[in-house]
Amino acid sequence: MAGLATSLGAGAASNSFDQISGADLLLIFGSNTTEGHPIVSLQVNEAINRGAKIIVGDPRKIEMVRFADVWLNLKPGTNIALLNGLIHVIVKEGLQNENFIKNRTEGFDELKELVKDYTPERVQEITGVNREKIIKAARLYAEAKNAMILYGLGVTEHRMGTENAMSIANLALTCGHIGRPFTGIMALRGQNNVQGASDMGPAPNIFPGYQPVTNPEIRERFEKAWNVKLSPKIGLKSVEMLDEAKKGAFKGLLIMGEDPGQTDPDLHHVWDALKSLEFLAVIDIFHTETTRFAHVIFPGASFAEKDGTFTNGERRIQRVRKAIEPLSGLAEWQILCELSSRMGYPMKYNHPSEVMDEIASLTPIYAGVSYDRLESGGLQWPCPSREHPGTETLYTSAFSRAGGLAKFVPLEHRQSGETTDLEYPFILITGRRREHYNNGSMTRRVKGIMELYPEEILELNQEDADRLNIKDKETVRVSSRRGEIMVKAGIMERSQQGQVFLSFHYPDALSNLLTSEHRDPITGTPEYKVCAVKVEKPD
Amino acid sequence: METTLDTALIKATINGKEITAHEGSSILEVCRDNGIYIPTLCYDERLEAYGGCRLCVVEVKGVARPLSSCTTPLQKGMDIITESENLTKLRSTIVSLLLSDHPNDCMFCEKAGSCTLQDLAYRYGARSDTYAGEKRNIPITDVNPFIYFDPNKCILCGRCVNICQNLVKVGTIDMTRRGFQSRPDTAFGRSRSADNCVFCGQCISACPVGALVEKPSMGKGRGRELKQVRTTCTYCGTGCNFFLNVRDNQVVRVTSDYSAPVNKGNLCIKGRFGYEFINHESRIRTPLIRDGEGFREASWDEALDYTAGKFKEIRQKYGSESVGAFSSSRCTNEENYLISKWVRAALGNNNVDNCARV
Ligand code: SF4
Ligand code: SF4
Ligand code: SF4
Repeated sequence: MAGLATSLGAGAASNSFDQISGADLLLIFGSNTTEGHPIVSLQVNEAINRGAKIIVGDPRKIEMVRFADVWLNLKPGTNIALLNGLIHVIVKEGLQNENFIKNRTEGFDELKELVKDYTPERVQEITGVNREKIIKAARLYAEAKNAMILYGLGVTEHRMGTENAMSIANLALTCGHIGRPFTGIMALRGQNNVQGASDMGPAPNIFPGYQPVTNPEIRERFEKAWNVKLSPKIGLKSVEMLDEAKKGAFKGLLIMGEDPGQTDPDLHHVWDALKSLEFLAVIDIFHTETTRFAHVIFPGASFAEKDGTFTNGERRIQRVRKAIEPLSGLAEWQILCELSSRMGYPMKYNHPSEVMDEIASLTPIYAGVSYDRLESGGLQWPCPSREHPGTETLYTSAFSRAGGLAKFVPLEHRQSGETTDLEYPFILITGRRREHYNNGSMTRRVKGIMELYPEEILELNQEDADRLNIKDKETVRVSSRRGEIMVKAGIMERSQQGQVFLSFHYPDALSNLLTSEHRDPITGTPEYKVCAVKVEKPD
Repeated sequence: METTLDTALIKATINGKEITAHEGSSILEVCRDNGIYIPTLCYDERLEAYGGCRLCVVEVKGVARPLSSCTTPLQKGMDIITESENLTKLRSTIVSLLLSDHPNDCMFCEKAGSCTLQDLAYRYGARSDTYAGEKRNIPITDVNPFIYFDPNKCILCGRCVNICQNLVKVGTIDMTRRGFQSRPDTAFGRSRSADNCVFCGQCISACPVGALVEKPSMGKGRGRELKQVRTTCTYCGTGCNFFLNVRDNQVVRVTSDYSAPVNKGNLCIKGRFGYEFINHESRIRTPLIRDGEGFREASWDEALDYTAGKFKEIRQKYGSESVGAFSSSRCTNEENYLISKWVRAALGNNNVDNCARV
C-alpha cells in the first residue's frame, strides 16, 4: 500500500464498503470481486440494481464483465499505460476537476505533460484495449457524479504494484472523485487481517501506526513504554531475511501463521532458504509446506479459539471472540508472551484487551480504541480519542500528507519483469478462487468444498486449446523458466488468447513453482500476477 | 446506506404514540426501528419488499382495507394500528392456511425453535387442523454437500429465489411449476452443483422455515442447545460478522448476523460453510520438536524453553542481526503487535515483517 500512502497519505482504503452501493459509477480494476470478495460484490450488485454504471479493467472475462458498460480487457502488466490513457482523454476533453486540482493537490502539470503521449491509439497498441472503449470509459468516469474505484491484487501483485496504485490515485485526483462519500479508492486485499497486520507494524521500518523506527522521538516513546533500548536500524524485509539465510548470514527465524513454503513465488528459492536456517520455529494450526523445515512447531489457535481484533479493508477494527477453548491449550498471543518472558524480556497480559489498551496508548490512529467500544459494529480508524466516532470517509478536508495536499506522481509505462517469447508463449496469471483461501490449508479441510472443487484447473482459452490439441479436463504440463507442474486443463472463455490462469490453493499443483522472482522494488511484493509459461501435452 | 442519505423527518402516530421517522421509509421499517412487532414471512431486510405473505398488514385510519406495511411508505400524519382483533383474525387465517399442507415434522425439523412459521402459529393460535388439506409428497432430490432442500416444507415465500436472483445475481433457482406443485427449483430440477450454484447459502439464510437448511449441520443441535458467539470472518478482508454456533467445544453451524455493519447478514461459501477446519482431526494439538526426519511431541514448557534458548544462543553466536520473525495477516492485531514487540524488545533488532504484503 506504499503507493496510496505516497499519493494520499494513508496506505488504506479511503471510503467504506457500505458506500459502494450508493456510487453512480464503479471502476473495478484488477479485482475479480465476485470471487475474491463475494460480499463486496453484493454491494456492487446493489449499485447495479440502483442503475450505477460499471467499468471493469481486467485481462480476464471475469463474472462482473456481464454487468459492465465497458470492459477494458487490458494485457496483464499494462495498467499504467491504460490509466495514463484514461487521464489523457479526460484532460484532452477538459473533463478534469480544475477546482479540486487547484485546491487539494500538487504536481498536476507534470502529469498533464506526461500523459500527452498516451493517446488512445498508442494506449490501444500497448494494452490491447480498443481506443473507443478507452474514450468511453474516461468519459463515464469523469462525468459521473460519484465515482468509486475498487482495485485488487491484479494491481498490487506486480513488479510495479506501488506505481500502479499511485497511477490509480492520479485518476481519482484528476476528477476529484475522492474525499467524499460514495467516491474514493477501495483497495481490496487478500487476507482477512492484512490491514491490521500493516497497522500493527510488524515491519522492518515502522512501529505500530506507521511511525518510523528511525525517528528518535518516536523511538524514545516506545523505549519508555516498553522499558528497553531499541535499535534505530531498519531491519530486513521478509524476502531479505530469506536471501540472507541462503547466503548464511541469517540463522534463526520464527514464522507465525504463514506458509511461505507454498504461497511465496519462486518456491525453490524459499525452500533452499528455509533449509539453510540453523533454527526455524513455526506456529501454525496445520502442517504446511513450511512446517516441513521447522525445528520446533507450536500449535496455533484458530480464530474461533481466541479473543482479539481484526481490521478489515475499510479500516474497521472489529472483535474476534473466543467461541471454544484453544485445542492445544494456548493461543498465539500467549505463546509470544511465554517465549519473550523465557528470553528474559517479560511480557504479561491477562487478556488481549490489555494488549489493545497498550496499542491505543502508543498508536495515534488507534488511540480511541478499546474493547468496550467494539461491542457492536467496530470502529474505523483514524479514531484518535475515546470520544471520536471513527472515520468512514478519509480526506474530506485534507489529505494526510505534510501540507494536506495530495500528490500527482507522473509515471511511465514499463514492461513487466518477464515477457513471453517463442519458448514460453503464454502469460500465466495467478489468483484466488471463491471457494478457497490462500494455501488452502483451511478450505481444503472442509469436506463439501473439496467435494465440489477437488482439484486445481488451468484455465485456458478455446482457441489456444485447439491449437495445442488439448481437451477439457486433460492433464497438461505447465512450465516456466523456474519449474513445472502437472495440472488439469479447463477450457473456458474467461481467459483471453495467450493467457492462462491458475490459483495457488492446492499443494499438489504448486503454481508458485512457476512464478517469477521479480519484485516490486519498494514494497518487496512479489510479482505473482505475470510470468511467462508454456503449456503442453505430457509425453 | 440509510445512515448517509439525508431525507426529511416526518411525524406519524403508531398505536397511539407519536413517532418521528425518515420520509420514504416503509411503515414496517419504522415499526421495527421503534421496537414495534409486526409479523412477516416474505420480508427480508436485504431485499426489496413485495408484499406477498400479507402477514404484515396494518390498519391506517381513513383507509378502508388493511395495508401491507412492508410496501406502504409512511406518510406525514398517518395514524396506524398494528394489532387489533380483525388483524389477528386475518393473520391467524393466513397461518392456518399455510399449516394446512405443511408436514407435521416439527419434532425432527432442524428449524424447530428458530422457525418463523412455528412462532407465528403459536402467537396467533393457528392450528394445522383448521383447514385440513392434502399434504404434498415431493421426493427430496437435491444432492449436494451443503444445501438440504425439502420442498414439502416450503411456504412459497419467494425469499430464496429473490436473494439468489437479485442480490447474489447467480440465478440458480426460480419459482417453477404451478399451483399446488409450485416450488423454488433449479433449471430442469437438477441438483445444485459447481456448475449452477456458488454455494453461498444465502437462500438458506433467507428461508423462514425448515425448507432450506445447512446440510453439514443437520443433527448437530438446534436452537437453545447451541451457544452463539458473534465474531469476524477469518477468510478475506471484507470483515463479515456472523455467529459461530457451538456445542461441546465444537463449531457446528454459522448463522447470519443481520446487525453486521459490512455484510448485514450476507455471507459467502467460506464464511458460511468454511468452519470445518476448526475442529479438524489434522489440527496440530501439541508442540512438536524435530527428531531426525520427523517430529516428537513435547510439552509446552520443553518446547518454549528450547526455542527461547535457541534464539538466545544464535544471537550470541552470530550477533543480534541474525534472528527475526515473520508475522501473519491471519493473526489478530494484538498478536501482530506482540510479535513486533518481541522482535524489537527481546531479539533487539527490527527484523520483523508481515510476509504476506498482499
Ligand atoms: S447457494 Fe447461493 S447461488 Fe446457490 S441457490 Fe442458494 S443463493 Fe443461489
Ligand atoms: S424454500 Fe424457504 S425461502 Fe424458498 S420459497 Fe420456500 S419457504 Fe421461502
Ligand atoms: S464471509 Fe466471505 S466475503 Fe465475508 S469476510 Fe468471509 S470470506 Fe470474506
